[in-house]
Amino acid sequence: MSDGMIILFSLTVLLGGVGGAAVMTWWERRLLGIWQDRYGPNRLGPFGIMQVAADMLKLLTKDDWVPPFADKVVFIFAPTAIVMAMMLGFAVVPFGPGLQIIDMNIGLLFFLGMTSLAVYSVLLGGLASNNKYALLGGLRSAAQMVSYEVFMGLSLMGVVMLSGSFNLRVIVESQADGWYCISQFLGLFVFTVSGIAESHRLPFDLPEAEHELTAGFHTEYGGMKFAMFMLGEYLGLILISSMIVTLFFGGWLGPWLPPVVWFGIKTFIVICFFILLRAAIPRPRYDQLMSLGWKIMLPLTLVNLVVTGAVALWLSGASGGAA
Amino acid sequence: MLELVLFYTASTIALVATILALTRANATHALIYLILSLLAVAVIFYIIGAPFAAALEVVIYAGAIMVLFIFVIMMLNLGDKGDRREKQLLKPQIWITPVIFTLVLLVELVLVLSQSAPAEIQGLVTPKQVGLTLFGPYVLAVEIASMLLLAGLVGSYHLGRRYLEEGRENSSRGRS
Repeated sequence: MSDGMIILFSLTVLLGGVGGAAVMTWWERRLLGIWQDRYGPNRLGPFGIMQVAADMLKLLTKDDWVPPFADKVVFIFAPTAIVMAMMLGFAVVPFGPGLQIIDMNIGLLFFLGMTSLAVYSVLLGGLASNNKYALLGGLRSAAQMVSYEVFMGLSLMGVVMLSGSFNLRVIVESQADGWYCISQFLGLFVFTVSGIAESHRLPFDLPEAEHELTAGFHTEYGGMKFAMFMLGEYLGLILISSMIVTLFFGGWLGPWLPPVVWFGIKTFIVICFFILLRAAIPRPRYDQLMSLGWKIMLPLTLVNLVVTGAVALWLSGASGGAA
Repeated sequence: MLELVLFYTASTIALVATILALTRANATHALIYLILSLLAVAVIFYIIGAPFAAALEVVIYAGAIMVLFIFVIMMLNLGDKGDRREKQLLKPQIWITPVIFTLVLLVELVLVLSQSAPAEIQGLVTPKQVGLTLFGPYVLAVEIASMLLLAGLVGSYHLGRRYLEEGRENSSRGRS
């Protein structure tokens, strides 16, 4: 792609991400409604889709208030951090052959770096609010995200071993004869769970658990700043879903339809699965979340890593012996 | 040319952010500047052809270790009291001796650097090369580091266990 094309494509991805996140708020409420035997927002426009515009209008016209006891600069900076980090994460996602903003040889690590930087948003938001509920929410999110980040990275190393690269394009291309969701099902499981924990969505939304902490880290936030937190969360959901598709479900690969369409369909299905999880599973207690992480997820990841390494070595040895 | 401009911009940001991190009285602000400085260093690593080191700088230093620092600040939650104490520590007369020593070191560093030839950039260092070097010639260092980490893990587990048992005794006493 030429320079102009890349800039145009980046803008498309940015606008698509923001638009997708906005539509996702409506789609999630509709799906949750259906799964819980009620309608959800269905009044404005066809199927209620204009609810998105109404919500945006409401958020934009709300009073943009900073509490007098808050740390002003950090308070305003915090919600922007998560949106920036998630937007940057989209730079390495391969949407189709050649449809990638940067074809980086450390793409996977770049994605991990961006998700780990997104933690600061919640953390600083909780700290700057100068409110005990916000502080508790921030504390929880720090411990939760640092713990789940450990095996989020480790669970992907099986994929890296099998494909032999951190480059996301190479990882997709190496899945032409078999998606990694079969050989790396443990990795897929751990990555999905830690993906939910990283984007702190239900059932792992302990940083904002509303019946214990009012609204957790964004208790003091309103208007556009609250909308930025929500935008970041939904962008995170889309980013995690597209990474699951890229790493485990063959990315853009698929018969008949154009590659980008395949990528879109797969990502959409994974997003719906995340919404289903939200509708189906109750929130665990905080200590349960932590012991699930360290006592089940981490050993599972290590087993996956050792077995994958052993099988990969054995296979390469067998083929080497034959050759 | 573009690379030089990017390099010097990133270096300036790193230097300014580090100085600001040292001189802030508010611990949170200081840490945010420190994170900024680490990110700038990551950019420098990327520009001079070490993308793997850059990624690790972001994932481990900026993304994990600094989170723990902020976590500790949140736990302590010093607020204005901490700021005031920090301001007393930042008095000019306390700074004189360290500044003199640092200046001497700086002069020495400049002399050493000006005598030896500047290191050439070796081109791109791929993650694979880093891995092969770590587990080839430097495998002993990796093993020693892993043993050190294991010792740290066992030690912290031992320290935490005492509180765990005390907590258990207290709760059982409460119940009976």
